[in-house]
Amino acid sequence: MGTRERKAPPSAQARASMKKDLPEQFRDYRHVWVFMELERGQVHPVSFELLGEGRRLADQLGVQLAAIILGPRGDSTFNAVAEAFAYDADLAYLVEEPLLTDYRNEPFTKALTDLVITHKPEILLLGATTLGRDLAGSVATTLLTGLTADCTGLDVDEDGSLAATRPTFGGSLLCTIYTLNCRPQMATVRPRVMRMPQRSNKPIGRIIRHEWRMFEEEIVTKVVGFLSDDRSENANLAYADVVVAGGLGLGAAENLQLIKDLARTIGADYGCSRPLVQKGWMPADRQIGQTGKTIRPKLYIAAGISGAVQHRVGVEGADLIVAINTDPNAPIFDFAHVGVVADAVSFLPALTEAFTRRLASANRLRLVN
Amino acid sequence: MHIVVCIKQVPDSAQIRVHPVTNTIMRQGVPTIINPYDLFALEQALQVRDYHRGEVTVLTMGPPMAEESLRKALTYGADRAVLLTDRHFAGSDTLATSFALSQAIAKIGNSFGSPDIVFTGKQTIDGDTAQVGPGIAKRLNLVQLTYVAKITSIDLSTRAITVERRSEGGTHVLKSELPCLITMLEGSNVIRRGSLDDALRAARSEIVKWNAADAGIEDITKCGLRGSPTVVKRVFAPTPREQKAVQIDTVEKAVQEVADELVASIFVNQPALEHELSSTGSVSR
Ligand SMILES: Cc1cc2nc3c(=O)[nH]c(=O)nc-3n(C[C@H](O)[C@H](O)[C@H](O)COP(=O)(O)OP(=O)(O)OC[C@H]3O[C@@H](n4cnc5c(N)ncnc54)[C@H](O)[C@@H]3O)c2cc1C
Ligand SMILES: Nc1ncnc2c1ncn2[C@@H]1O[C@H](COP(=O)(O)O)[C@@H](O)[C@H]1O
Repeated sequence: MGTRERKAPPSAQARASMKKDLPEQFRDYRHVWVFMELERGQVHPVSFELLGEGRRLADQLGVQLAAIILGPRGDSTFNAVAEAFAYDADLAYLVEEPLLTDYRNEPFTKALTDLVITHKPEILLLGATTLGRDLAGSVATTLLTGLTADCTGLDVDEDGSLAATRPTFGGSLLCTIYTLNCRPQMATVRPRVMRMPQRSNKPIGRIIRHEWRMFEEEIVTKVVGFLSDDRSENANLAYADVVVAGGLGLGAAENLQLIKDLARTIGADYGCSRPLVQKGWMPADRQIGQTGKTIRPKLYIAAGISGAVQHRVGVEGADLIVAINTDPNAPIFDFAHVGVVADAVSFLPALTEAFTRRLASANRLRLVN
Repeated sequence: MHIVVCIKQVPDSAQIRVHPVTNTIMRQGVPTIINPYDLFALEQALQVRDYHRGEVTVLTMGPPMAEESLRKALTYGADRAVLLTDRHFAGSDTLATSFALSQAIAKIGNSFGSPDIVFTGKQTIDGDTAQVGPGIAKRLNLVQLTYVAKITSIDLSTRAITVERRSEGGTHVLKSELPCLITMLEGSNVIRRGSLDDALRAARSEIVKWNAADAGIEDITKCGLRGSPTVVKRVFAPTPREQKAVQIDTVEKAVQEVADELVASIFVNQPALEHELSSTGSVSR
């Protein structure tokens, strides 16, 4: 019970032909909204990925795409508005309020809920980050509407409903979920699951300021500190262009050095499969896959990783997947583009050397030219 | 102090297989476990109870057989277990699930003392939405503290609580108040081995069993399929990639030769990359 994956009963099919049956109070809900996540003044890139998706949905529906920006008056909110227009939003709803400086559930839930009730979007998208998931759950419950978490596909069906697809059963199957009889239709998407859209130089759009007030005394939770992750150790794996990862096939913790050496040589970031985190060989934020990070690099090199479906869903967006595995029947060869059947422990140093030589000669050529 | 921990019994998804022909889930023989993420919540609850004194009540909504998970939780040292079970709950989505659980928690409050903290796991491995916790918090009007990596302090006299919450790129230190709902981050602790006493007690304990009416739920239309705004319209297998990987031939070749061929093949596939790597590689890090 309480799961989303159960097979829909027959009546669901009928219930899912819905837009015409929508209760009166939701009929005028229109337009697609994307919540812009601000993280210490910077827009989280997942917001741009969502604007790309939102643009497509809005065009299919023939409606407008709006960016939602909550924050204190100042450069960071202003910049977020400009960025939203650059990523093709038609308009921006702006709530400027000093209370909204650091994310806290109470004021953000109240502000976003208020905005939704006033301006009535039919679709509301948020990033499935710690912030987005915290906020989306509260907003959906307050509005008593449906929320589909961690979507991997968003589409509009014939009658204009949002068809939200997400993995289920630990990633082994996909399911498509509809929100019936309620608006907005809410969905969250993890960073990197959707393609980063082109940034244009469209500088303008319409800004709608929304008046909203709350008092600090009304808010129970206070932010008393922020401990930033060590940046040098914790590069931004999800957004790296090249990623090298190791799995259990490496055999021993010390062999992870081979992964790090290769990564350093080609300017890549590195990660791992889940068992290595469970063994304590790598920190949790290096895990790639369904319960780790989703990556979308130009090149992904997996060494000693079998390619379980939970790992696969996190790497499928890579442009080129290279797999090194001793077992020619390893499932990773079903979705890798280039494979090498070899012992990773002896092959990785050779690969590092091959890259070094090749790149050195490329550099020489460039100097000559 | 009274703590409620929501746990869910889930199929051990590591052992789920999809039927190759029909694409349906083969559930037969798949063992069930307590959702692994919930064990971090349970252990944290037990630690808080051990330190501050009080009781831990575990709560699950599920079929009658979910009783197994509750007994397991008792062997770890939980004091009381409540099973919320009713066919009206079948097909619940997160909104309907959080409705039923919040009603049951309110009833637990009336029967056994109002909870100071409600814990949930970060997410389930089958539903996997991470939304039920926030849903419960909203409905019970509790302060919500999600992705908590550590409880730094609880002061029962002032009812203040300080936690470290995982956020993008770092950790926020939050000061808040009891009562609150906490969703616990994975890896924050390790579930204890229960004592022999607890095992014996668990075997004997009465599990409190409530149906919807017992839990004080009057409006059944808010439960199960009818209370769920979302429906699953289609379940399907991911489309397999058409082509398998192109294998670099390794037969009778030195390892360095194979590596050179692989690098060449990478740059044939991604010509632009060679330029980028040669300008970033080695130099940057
Ligand atoms: C709910 C759930 C969520 C999960 N989430 C994730 C996730 O986010 N990310 C993730 O990665 N996993 C996840 N998993 C685990 C996943 O199912 C697999 O168990 C895991 O990915 C396997 O890791 P692995 O490939 O490193 O190890 P294994 O499956 O043990 O594979 C090791 C591979 O190395 C090969 N090998 C052995 N020796 C060598 C050698 N000398 N050189 C080269 N190759 C060698 C073997 O042929 C084998 O293919 C999840 C599981 C569950 C149930
Ligand atoms: N049926 C249930 N019974 C008890 N607790 C649940 C149930 N479903 C979800 N939860 C709790 O809510 C958390 C988040 O679940 P989910 O939103 O499904 O990812 C879980 O870790 C559990 O603590």
